[in-house]
Amino acid sequence: MSESTRVDPVEAHLALRQAQHGHGQARDTVPYEEAVAAFDPVLGLEVHVELNTASKMFCGCSTTFGAEPNTQVCPTCLGLPGSLPVVNALAVESAIRIGLALNCSIADWCRFARKNYFYPDMPKNYQISQYDEPIAHDGWTEVVVDGDTSRIGIERAHMEEDTGKSLHIGGATGRIHGADYSLLDYNRSGVPLIEIVTKPIEGTGAKAPQVARGYVTMLRDLLRALNVSNVRMEQGSLRCDVNVSLRPSAADPLGTRTETKNVNSLRSVERAVRYEISRQAGLLRGGGRIRQETRHWHEDSGVTTSGRSKETAEDYRYFPEPDLVPIAPSRKWVEELRGTLPEPPAVRLKRVTSDWGFTDLELRDVISAGALNAIEATVAAGASPQSARKWWLTEVARRANEMGVDLEDAGVTPQQVAEIQALVDNGTINDKLARQVFDGVIAGEGTPTEVVTQRGLTLVSDDKALSVAVDEALAANPEIVEKIRAGKVQAAGALIGQVMKAMRGQADAARVRALILQKLG
Amino acid sequence: MNEILRTTAVELAAKIKARELSSVEVIHAHLERIAAVDPDVHAFLHIDGERALQTATRIDTKIAHGEHVGPLAGVPLALKDVLTYAGAPTTCGSKILAGWIPPYDATVTRRLLDADVVIVGKTNMDEFAMGSSTENSAFGPTHNPWALDRIPGGSGGGSAASLAAFEVPLAVGTDTGGSIRQPASVTGTVGVKPTYGGTSRYGLVALASSLDQPGPCARTVLDAATLHAVIAGHDPLDSTSIDAPVPDVLGAARSGDVAGMKIGVVTELRGEGYAPGVEQRFGEAVELLSTLGAEIIEVPCPHFVYALPAYYLILPAECSSNLAKFDAMRFGLRVGDDGEASAEQVMAATREAGFGAEVKRRIIIGTYALSSGYYDAYYGQAQKVRTLISRDFERAFATVDVLVSPSTPTTAFKIGEKVDDPLAMYLNDLCTIPSNLAGNASASFPVGLAPEDGLPVGLQVMAPPLADDRLYRVGAALERTLVGQWGGSLLDRVPELTVVG
Repeated sequence: MSESTRVDPVEAHLALRQAQHGHGQARDTVPYEEAVAAFDPVLGLEVHVELNTASKMFCGCSTTFGAEPNTQVCPTCLGLPGSLPVVNALAVESAIRIGLALNCSIADWCRFARKNYFYPDMPKNYQISQYDEPIAHDGWTEVVVDGDTSRIGIERAHMEEDTGKSLHIGGATGRIHGADYSLLDYNRSGVPLIEIVTKPIEGTGAKAPQVARGYVTMLRDLLRALNVSNVRMEQGSLRCDVNVSLRPSAADPLGTRTETKNVNSLRSVERAVRYEISRQAGLLRGGGRIRQETRHWHEDSGVTTSGRSKETAEDYRYFPEPDLVPIAPSRKWVEELRGTLPEPPAVRLKRVTSDWGFTDLELRDVISAGALNAIEATVAAGASPQSARKWWLTEVARRANEMGVDLEDAGVTPQQVAEIQALVDNGTINDKLARQVFDGVIAGEGTPTEVVTQRGLTLVSDDKALSVAVDEALAANPEIVEKIRAGKVQAAGALIGQVMKAMRGQADAARVRALILQKLG
Repeated sequence: MNEILRTTAVELAAKIKARELSSVEVIHAHLERIAAVDPDVHAFLHIDGERALQTATRIDTKIAHGEHVGPLAGVPLALKDVLTYAGAPTTCGSKILAGWIPPYDATVTRRLLDADVVIVGKTNMDEFAMGSSTENSAFGPTHNPWALDRIPGGSGGGSAASLAAFEVPLAVGTDTGGSIRQPASVTGTVGVKPTYGGTSRYGLVALASSLDQPGPCARTVLDAATLHAVIAGHDPLDSTSIDAPVPDVLGAARSGDVAGMKIGVVTELRGEGYAPGVEQRFGEAVELLSTLGAEIIEVPCPHFVYALPAYYLILPAECSSNLAKFDAMRFGLRVGDDGEASAEQVMAATREAGFGAEVKRRIIIGTYALSSGYYDAYYGQAQKVRTLISRDFERAFATVDVLVSPSTPTTAFKIGEKVDDPLAMYLNDLCTIPSNLAGNASASFPVGLAPEDGLPVGLQVMAPPLADDRLYRVGAALERTLVGQWGGSLLDRVPELTVVG
């Protein structure tokens, strides 16, 4: 649910200003390595996934993202008096498949529950969710970080409906407090959500941030393979809340945790965990105590700020939803759904390891970059595994980092990467020119082939043009020419470089080399 | 009084279909009656006369062209103002919904319209169906046509009074703890709460979702059964709707044969607190059923005594959540929106101004009952009692076909008599509440006037889930014999109402 907007805006704003000006919490953080040397971090992750069903959780309205405000609404998702919810069977099916893929037990019988609280973007002023009877519970999954496998316990996966969206106009913070007025869009109201909650993740030590990122990456890939969600973090179809607590050692009881919201990219998951560990360690070391609270992640400044205190927990007055009948999935159906599951992540990893022939180190880098899906799709589009790995981990990764987005949001598709590699393979461009093609594709100039044409990036392998450039290089470097003639063929590299420079990188290096040796031989 | 007004719905439909009467003249007659007597009775909150006449004209044309029409085609009906009818206001008897025109029809409304029934207006009720006297309506009480200084029951007092005042031959009510049956009992009319899930709740503004059920209100058993058959049946828009054939209520209402039927008299629903006239008429009716060949058995239902306290935890709990949507954000009343106030302040001011005392009382009780730390002791415990009451019914229905009791402990009381005593008011629903908690079918049928005050007494019949037909079998048996004994319908004895103007 969108509790993320429900914070004390003044407190959050002040905290953010303090953090930005180097006062308050930011001053108290300790370097990460010191923090994890002194404390044992424990994580908990709550992930909200918007399902990709065509219609909403409890009515027939469309779920298409980005429509005109309040055009995808009906009496039920507007919470009009007298309206009633009816469960979307496909959403239940997706929930069960997610549960099964996370090795959960699927409830024989479970109910929806009402979570009661007042907020204008929640039309009924209660959210239909699940409380003590989740559809899936007690599962596990595995995450590989730097070659080490962490087993992560899944507490539960339950079904609920999304809220509408508030847009606060005027005021300084963009939050409801201080706004001149607010606009409400109920298109998202009632979109099916699955909330997946881990058990406390212990024993990760210094790798906690990478484990957190690895888990969300794994989950994203799994959900995509299940074809149950678009898992677009930037569109909010996968939203992550990160719980972090510290304790002196693994033998100690769990410390007080904070829940950081708005962590909506893989990179942010890692950064937010890292920051929270440093911040909490600073507080604890200074003799302070951790407040149980909601915190907000600020992508730009890389800090979390205090939100609503959870010590006086809001009472949601949960009770079984009387408008809906219990859900009792038959064992037969559950087993049928089990048969539709994609390859489990661990099996898949084994398969690609043997198919792609990557070294352990290469594979490790691929996983930690979250590039497994992208590489698989690029290979499927015709590229070799090594070339796919190279592009995703160098050109695309660098640009994604610069933009502060995840790999797949960098603006290049696996099909385009495969096309670029094909252009290299057929000699149209070389690796160096390929970088400019990436720039063009990301800038929206068209397909790789179109970019090559429009930017005039084709390699020159025309002997006539090359021959002139080679002659000039030979004339300008008599001493190198002598070396080559004396048998030091490797000295040709320097000449090739000069030719390339003269041809602005568009020369076919192999052809240049051949020409040099021919002219001198 | 125009003879049309005393004609039953089934007869009116037959005459309209045979073109002995036009629907337009039938609707006219009833609209005139409403105009004449409703200033005194105040059964209606909204009269949709123009649209009713347009509908009637269309139905007359259909009949003239030999087109197929529904079983109650052209007959007027009053809809309790808790069911949506697109284009007409729905207030639920509350100021907070002032000005709200629903954009959609309740399933019950849709079925009525599809069956060519003519909806003439929306009837008064206790605010959000909370009450047993219609005195909690924000728009003033309805008066009992038997004695205008008395209550017509509640929450559906408007629907029952509109029947007893001959303003309409048919009405639809909703029953959460007796809101159809108790008004029927104190107005001498027939009211049926179908099996939970037998009629759709879609478009019924929820009081307590697990208890609410729309049902037919009429002056005769056959009219009620005919209306029941029109509005009942599975609705995919209501998840709690039962996907099963509608019991043969029409066949049962026509048969009225109770020979060999085992009828249980509930031990706990009589004795202390029951008016002598109520006990007397109830006893006579049971005796009559015995004469007609039914086997009468005394049946204990020991947990029924806990029904009232359990109900007054479950209902407030659900209503505290159901009524949260009335927040001024999207529809209805908005108070305090001065451009400075926050959304929360506007919500609070609107709810403070828009809800009446009884609604606030139940929201507060329900909020408390669901609170962390109290849930198990209140809501949780009440749900256990609910299960025990269901088991009482199951045990009883293992040996008898139906259970009977008085519908209410007393006849209609005076307006104002109990407004300051919520507990006394709640006791009105002592007999009717168990059926809502268990979800079984239940009805109230008139069995005479109490000798001490000359006011109607009702007998309640309770049948197992999806055995709604048994209610009509018993009701028809009583009606057939009693109308003979009375020398005509009980409602013929309703005093002439002052005709205004």
